[in-house]
Amino acid sequence: MAEAPREAWITGIGIVSCLGEGLDAHWQGFAESKRVIDSETFAPFIVHPLAPIDFDKQIPKKGDQRQMEPWQRIGTYTAGLALDSAGCKGNAALLGHMDMIVAAGGGERDEAVDAAILTALPKAERPDRFLNERLMSDLRPTLFLAQLSNLLAGNISIVHGVTGSSRTFMGEEVAGIDALQIALARIAAGQSDITLVGGSYNSERSDVVMLYEFGGYCLKDEFRPVWEREQDSGFALGSLGAFLVVESKAHAQARNATPIARLSAVASGYAKRGSDGAIADELARLWPRIAGNLRPGGAAVISGATGAAPATAEEKDFLARHSELPVRATGTLIGHGIEPQMVMNVALAALAVSRGKLFPPCGNASFERPMAGALTQAVVTGVGHWRGEGLALVEAVG
Amino acid sequence: MASYRDKSGRPVVVVTGMGVVTSLGAGKTDNWDKLTAGQSGIRAITRFSTEGLKTRIAGTVDFVPVEPLTSPALAGRLADMAAEEAVAQSGIGSKGHFPGPLFLAVAPVEVEWPQRQEVAKASGANDQVTYTDLIRAASSGKFRHYHERFMFGSVADGLASKFGTEGAPVSLSTACASGASAIQLGLEAIRRGETDAALCVATDGTVNVESLIRFSLLSALSMSNEPPQGASKPFSKNRDGFVMAEGAGALVLESYEAATARGAKILGVLAGCGELADSFHRTRSSPDGKPIVGCMRNALDDAGLKPEAIDYINAHGTGTPENDKMECQCVTTVFGERAKKIPISSNKSMIGHTLSAAGAIEAVVTLMTLEHQRIPPTINYNIPDPAITLDVVPNVARDARIERAISNSFGFGGQNVTLVLAREPA
Repeated sequence: MAEAPREAWITGIGIVSCLGEGLDAHWQGFAESKRVIDSETFAPFIVHPLAPIDFDKQIPKKGDQRQMEPWQRIGTYTAGLALDSAGCKGNAALLGHMDMIVAAGGGERDEAVDAAILTALPKAERPDRFLNERLMSDLRPTLFLAQLSNLLAGNISIVHGVTGSSRTFMGEEVAGIDALQIALARIAAGQSDITLVGGSYNSERSDVVMLYEFGGYCLKDEFRPVWEREQDSGFALGSLGAFLVVESKAHAQARNATPIARLSAVASGYAKRGSDGAIADELARLWPRIAGNLRPGGAAVISGATGAAPATAEEKDFLARHSELPVRATGTLIGHGIEPQMVMNVALAALAVSRGKLFPPCGNASFERPMAGALTQAVVTGVGHWRGEGLALVEAVG
Repeated sequence: MASYRDKSGRPVVVVTGMGVVTSLGAGKTDNWDKLTAGQSGIRAITRFSTEGLKTRIAGTVDFVPVEPLTSPALAGRLADMAAEEAVAQSGIGSKGHFPGPLFLAVAPVEVEWPQRQEVAKASGANDQVTYTDLIRAASSGKFRHYHERFMFGSVADGLASKFGTEGAPVSLSTACASGASAIQLGLEAIRRGETDAALCVATDGTVNVESLIRFSLLSALSMSNEPPQGASKPFSKNRDGFVMAEGAGALVLESYEAATARGAKILGVLAGCGELADSFHRTRSSPDGKPIVGCMRNALDDAGLKPEAIDYINAHGTGTPENDKMECQCVTTVFGERAKKIPISSNKSMIGHTLSAAGAIEAVVTLMTLEHQRIPPTINYNIPDPAITLDVVPNVARDARIERAISNSFGFGGQNVTLVLAREPA
C-alpha cells in the first residue's frame, strides 16, 4: 500500500472474568487486587471461575443459549458488551460491514457421556460396536456445533448480526496475538474499516485441566502471583471473555465514536523454543517494532505472563532489562484464558491508559513496583505457555 | 506486458507452486488424471469399526501411514506432503527457509477415543471412571506427548518448523470454507506489502469415529453406502448428503513482481476474493441467499470483474439437498440468464468433502482446470434435479476455453468465501 498506515482506535471493549463484567468492575478488582479462585472443584488444581453473569442481557433468546456451550455463551455475551460499548449494537448497516476475527479453541466435552462410556467400555463384549452405539445415542446432535471452533463467530453473527466477514484463528495463545495483529494490519492498510476481535475461554472444565496437565502446566496446591511460581510452576486457568471493537480513526470520527485508546502496534513472533533464552531473544527482536515511541515515565507493561515454565521466567528476565517500566501481570488476578488472553490484556491496557493511571501491583508481587505518575502508554506482552510470543502498544488518545 | 499492480493499485498476486493429496492419490499429476477420468476416491471405512453406523464410507487417505494414528498427526503428514510439492514446484526460498508466513487451515483438535481409553486404563480406576481419574493419570507425566499432540497449534508448528516460514504461523478455521480463508489471508498479506510470498496450506484428516458420528447426527452425511463410489451425488435429484473425506492442498502465493523477478513459472493468478457471513442459522443458509450472492459479488468486485468475465465455476457442491439448491439459486442470481451456460462442476463428487482442506484442494484443481483447459466432471449425475438448471458437466470431463473461474466455499457458522482465479495476469 502506498498510503501511510491508518491510525486504529479501540472504540469498544467487552470483558468478563472472575472479577466481574465490564471496565468498572475490572478497574475496581485490580484496584483492590481482588483474589477470586476456586481450589476445590478441580482440587488440587486452582482455577479462576467466571463471575455470575446474566446471559439473558446479551443473548435474549433462550433457544440461542441452549445451542451454545459455556465458552460460546461467554464469548457471545462479551462480544455484545463490546458492541454496546462502541455504540454499534443493533446498527444493521454498520454490523453488515463489520469484520470479525475470533481467537478460539474447542468446546466442552460432555463429561458425563465420556465417563459413562469409559466406565463401560472395558466390560463390553464388543467394545467397537459398543462405542459406536453409545456415541450415536448419547451425543446430543447440537453438541458438535457447540464444540466447533468457528461457531463462536457463528453465534456472534446470529445473535448480534456481525456479518462483514468472519474468521476464526486457533493455536492457543498465538491465536489471540495473530487475531490482533491481523486486525490492526488490515485496518492500517485500508482492508477493513472496523473489526470486532476477541475470544473467550471456559476454565471450569475437566477436559482442559486434563489437556494442560498432560504437560504438567496446571497450577496446584498453593496460590502465588505468577512471577513467584519458580518452585511450582503452572498457570491457573481462568474463565474469561474479551472483545474489542477496533476501527480506523476516520471511520470512528465519521460516526462520532469516542476512542478509549489507540491500538498503535502489534507484533507477533515465534521463538524456536528449547534453548535457554530463546523466548527472551524473540521478545527482544520484537521490541523495536512496538517501542519506537515509548516514553519512560508515562509507560508501563501489562504482562500476559502465565506462570508456566520456562516462559514466565524468561519473560521476567527480559522485562528486567526494561526496569524503567513498571509491570503488572494480570494473570495473577484473572488467570490464564489461553486464546483470548492477549486481547484481554490489550483491553486492560486500554482501560488503564484511558484512566490515566496504572493499577497497583497484582497480588503484591515483589517484581511489580508501584507507579505514581500519569500513564499514557502501555506495552502488552503475550508469551504462550508452549509456543508464540507477542507484543502490543496501546496509547492514550489526545 | 501485464501490470504488476491491479486496477486498485494493489500488488497482483500469482500462484507459483501447488500441491495436493486426496483419497485419489498424492500429487497433482495423479489427482488430475483420476479427476478427469471421473474416478471416485470414496471407499468403505476400514480404519475403525463402522458396525451399527448409518454411514460407513468416506474418502479416507489410507495410503499414508501414520503411527500412532490421530487426526492431527494425519493432517500434519498430508499438509507436509502437499506443501512439499508446492514449495518444490515454486523453487522459492531455500531448504528450511520459506520467505513468508504460513497460513494453515486445519480442523479443530481434540483428544480422541483411543488416547482417552489409554489414559483411563492408566488411571487404574476400577468401577467408575471419572474425569478426576483421567486428570490424575494425566498428572503422572506419562502422557506428556499428548499435550503437544493435542494443541490446536501443533500441526502448524510442525510445518513452520520444517519449511522455515517466517513469524508466527496462523492456524485458522472457517469450517468448510477454511481452505479458501487460508488463501485469502495470504492474498491480503501480500497486498498489504508485508511480504512477497505466503505459504497457504489446508489439511484435514478427521475421519475418526466421533467426527463421523457427529456429522451423522446432524443428518449431513450420505447413507448410500453401496457402492461407495456412487455416494457423492452433487446436484442430482437423489443426492442425500456429503461424504466425509481427507486430504490437503497447498499453494505458494507470490506477488507477480517478485515471482517475475526470480523467473518463476506463473501457474495462475489469484485475482480476487470475497466473503460475507450469514446470520441466519448455525448450519443452514439464509433462504433468500443474500449472503452467498453477496459473497460471490464481493469476490468479483475485489477482482474488478463483471460476471460476464467468468467461464467456469468450481462449486462448493457438497451433495446435501440444501447446499446444492442454494448454490444453484445464488449462482443464478449472480450470473442471470448466462448461469445456465456457465459450466459448474463439483470435485466433491469424486474426492468427497475434505472439510477444512476443501477450499485449497479445489483452488488447486481449479487452477489445473485453467491450465489444461479441461473441466473435471460432476460424477454420479444420473437423476437430474429439475430444480437445478445449471450445466453441471455431468459424468464426463470436457474441454473448454476458460480464462477465469470462481471457486466457492461455504461452511457451518455462516461462513462464505469465493475465490476468483485467472489463467494469466490481466
